Amino acid sequence: MAASTATASAVPQRSRLARLPVVAQLRQSVGLQRGMLVGGLVLTGIFLLTAAFAPVLAPYGYAQLRDASGSFGAQQPPSAEHLLGTTVGGYDVLSRVIWGARTAFLVIVVAVVASILVGVLLGLISGYFGGWLDRIMVMIADAIYAFPSLLLAIVLAIVISGGQSSMWGGIFAAALSITVIFIPQYLRVTRSEVIRIKSEAFVESARVIGAGHVRIMTRHVLRNSTRTLPLILTLNASEAILTLAGLGFLGFGIEPTAAAEWGYDLNKSLSDVTAGIWWTSVFPGLAIVLVVLGLTLVGESLNDLADPRLRKRAAGPEPVEDLGVELPEQQEGER
Amino acid sequence: MSVAVDTPPETTTKESGGSLGRYILVRALLIIPTVFILVTTVFLLMRTTGDPITASQGGRLPPDQLAERIHAAGYDRPLITQYLEYLGGILRGDFGTTLSDRRPVTEVLLTFGSATLELAIYALIVAFLLGIPLGRLAAYHRDKAPDAVLRVSAILAYATPVFFAGLLLKLIFSVWLGVLPVAGRASTRAELTMQKLDNPTGIYLIDAIRTGDPAVIGDVLTHAVLPALTLGLLTAGVFLRLVRTNVISTFGAGYVEAARSRGVPERRLLRKHAYKPALIPIITVIGLQIALLLGGAVLTETTFEWKGLGFQLAQYLQARDFVAVQGIVAVLAVIVALTNFIVDVIAALIDPRVRY
Repeated sequence: MAASTATASAVPQRSRLARLPVVAQLRQSVGLQRGMLVGGLVLTGIFLLTAAFAPVLAPYGYAQLRDASGSFGAQQPPSAEHLLGTTVGGYDVLSRVIWGARTAFLVIVVAVVASILVGVLLGLISGYFGGWLDRIMVMIADAIYAFPSLLLAIVLAIVISGGQSSMWGGIFAAALSITVIFIPQYLRVTRSEVIRIKSEAFVESARVIGAGHVRIMTRHVLRNSTRTLPLILTLNASEAILTLAGLGFLGFGIEPTAAAEWGYDLNKSLSDVTAGIWWTSVFPGLAIVLVVLGLTLVGESLNDLADPRLRKRAAGPEPVEDLGVELPEQQEGER
Repeated sequence: MSVAVDTPPETTTKESGGSLGRYILVRALLIIPTVFILVTTVFLLMRTTGDPITASQGGRLPPDQLAERIHAAGYDRPLITQYLEYLGGILRGDFGTTLSDRRPVTEVLLTFGSATLELAIYALIVAFLLGIPLGRLAAYHRDKAPDAVLRVSAILAYATPVFFAGLLLKLIFSVWLGVLPVAGRASTRAELTMQKLDNPTGIYLIDAIRTGDPAVIGDVLTHAVLPALTLGLLTAGVFLRLVRTNVISTFGAGYVEAARSRGVPERRLLRKHAYKPALIPIITVIGLQIALLLGGAVLTETTFEWKGLGFQLAQYLQARDFVAVQGIVAVLAVIVALTNFIVDVIAALIDPRVRY
């Protein structure tokens, strides 16, 4: 994700670069779809940069209550010292919003990596071998999939952290709760791809040559069944943020002294709103909205571009990205 | 997130006699393993890592007293014994008793379930009223300005956490404009009036209508506006995108093409040909939306102090009463499984292709 976003800005080399997941779609898109994709990439890029450079960008620490000139004071309105005001706990809102990006990013990375590893592996096994194992796994996955993910995340957060919350404890609790919800999705997607690919001629020929199960699974099947992963990945990243914020909002967030977390700050601002104190809730909330918006726009565009019914086509035959055909702007796909 | 829902998979033509009945039976039997898996998962997760009494009282009580209470509650017995007892309880409709206020979970469900049901119904109404017509509009103006605006709004509706949407609406309409109440399901006076009814349903709108007092009805309705909008917007966005995608794909279908070539005007094509078949997948998706709605209800209820199951769940979470949490989650698992079943049956009644 990070690598492809970074390279997206340096497009026009064709070759290998042009075939990277996001770059290829960017070249394929036209008009509104391209606008949405670019908008999403920009927002995602800002988010990643904020997460990376939080210590430089934030005026204060996330748990800082005072500086040289004394205590910050609670619920101070936005001012020159505190551009976005201070919270009910006396923290600087801007600093916590910026540091919150880092927490969110870490949770996404842990959650997505863990669920891809486990989900893809299980999907591979389930789809490749089939039989009763497959049936049981699909049944469990379906049961979990149909269940409100937030509730499951709550249960897991209790289990993992027992309600205690250090920075890494909180991050892992949130990330792993999200992981369990996502595993069924990766399992389903990988499984259906594997089943499709399993019957292809090249798998058959590998078997005839005498390749073992593990080799066929990794070399021939896995490599070809990761097509749809970037799409689910971006969609899940946004869901991960929402789940993290939901957990934080219900009081299963990370303690303010351990790390900054947007959902937790919103929970604390609940009573401020009634008193008309708006800055403690609006800014962390906006941060969540913008990040999720960015990731969703990317995911959504990838989804549409992957679905021929929704892809807005330039007139004429399907452009093949490797030929380096420049797509004409603003061609209506009217039929 | 819905990744463009397709119309149901391959149609296997079977002899038609009794296939619907068989489908319903099979589908009903599938509820059992689903509920079993969820309940087992929740039990194992929560119990293998510790017992609820240590979780709620650990550190606050001296170790010997703690051990005594654990023993009294039976949490020191082998896990398998506890598990079988738990399953047996569920079969008898006993989901446990809360630690903090010693109430059976089923009683909690009966007391607070109606409030959540009422909120969910309001939210679904909002979602239908907004999502379906707007999705149709977006499909009709595909890739033009209205489509762009609507799609981005739908994504925004998804990207905004329900509780933040709730906070914003509250800030604007209750605090700044002062036109709607800040929180709660009704004002104290209205609640007192409704309590005088014999057999209150717990669904405030029905109770309010039964009192026959327009002031009470108005009070209940104004309290419902913001929570309903908050939760409804989330689902409306999903419906909008789904209707849009489906209308676009039916718009390109052979029979629409045929009608078009006969000279049927575009507007009529949309209204008569493409629109209705595009609605069928919505019914299937509602099943998945129930899960989303319930999760959203927990957050919405907390935001607006709407005293339903979700609000109560959040209270128990704060109190570290994990028996209550486990019980409520298990009850919700049953509810989700049942609603999914009902939705599937309705979908099968409407669209014969579903019952393959």
